[in-house]
Amino acid sequence: MHIDALSRRLIDCYQHGMPLCAEPYRAMAETLGCAESEVLACLERLQQGDGLSRIGPVFEHSRAGASTLVALAVPQARLERVAEWISAFPEVNHNYLREHRYNLWFVLTGPDRAHIDRLLAVIEAETGLKPLDLPMQNAFRIDLGFPLGDAR
Amino acid sequence: MNACLDNRQALQLRRLLEAGLPLVPRPYRRLAEQIGSREALVLEQVRQWQADGLFRRVGLVLKHRALGFRANAMLVLDVPDEQVDAVGRLLGQAAGVNLCYQRPRRLPQWRYNLFCMVHGREREQVLGLIEALLAAHGLSALPHQVLFSTRAFKQCGGRYAPPAEAAHG
Repeated sequence: MHIDALSRRLIDCYQHGMPLCAEPYRAMAETLGCAESEVLACLERLQQGDGLSRIGPVFEHSRAGASTLVALAVPQARLERVAEWISAFPEVNHNYLREHRYNLWFVLTGPDRAHIDRLLAVIEAETGLKPLDLPMQNAFRIDLGFPLGDAR
Repeated sequence: MNACLDNRQALQLRRLLEAGLPLVPRPYRRLAEQIGSREALVLEQVRQWQADGLFRRVGLVLKHRALGFRANAMLVLDVPDEQVDAVGRLLGQAAGVNLCYQRPRRLPQWRYNLFCMVHGREREQVLGLIEALLAAHGLSALPHQVLFSTRAFKQCGGRYAPPAEAAHG
């Protein structure tokens, strides 16, 4: 997708934090020297172009509830069906195909660990595949932002 | 902790925030209307959650693929347990590494205990960066694999708040 100058500045300035006030988009516009309507239109374009997932908080896993990284080794012939079935869970995010025998990787989130355990049991029972359950034990870096500076 | 909203409203607000702030001039007023509260109380609650550390950050959450970062690698390493803290800190600080987590091994299926995410524009560039990174820190001899993602079936934020039905029970 095309990333114009305003999008780039919005991303660089506000992916790590944004003003927590009644009119955040106006505050962003004032900082960037443009109109609030331009900021809103730009964010809408980014969202429609699938460059922006959402605006708002990224929850701290350990405080917000429970989560784990799961891997499944799905036979190629069943991949589409299993991936679609997994994606349909509201508790699943970041469901990716990766180049490995364990080819389907996704994150499960829920209010507590018991919720995750129940989901893992359902997944194993329904797919007949034994999930790798890989909860985070220690975070050495958690910053999800990345610079657009070198993007073209 | 929920000084401003009742528990049910706070839970509703969390669920709405997980889906993202509305793109309207007064997003918190819109959220307040949806949970039957007032803008000031919603803002106060969000600020309190921020202060309590419930959020890692509040901002634009991007999808790297659409923005041109198409080479997305998960580097996994098998690090001796007594070294994993030191190696994790080293790699966690390295430029180009977006995430660095320790996770359990699952033997015999899975031997790797350190996970790094590395994003870049081209596959070869990312592979080069990873090998240079490992070499620079004397880690090339550690058993490791690079798992590129070739397709994103789903990419969204976590849903931690229990569903509405469960919230009442």
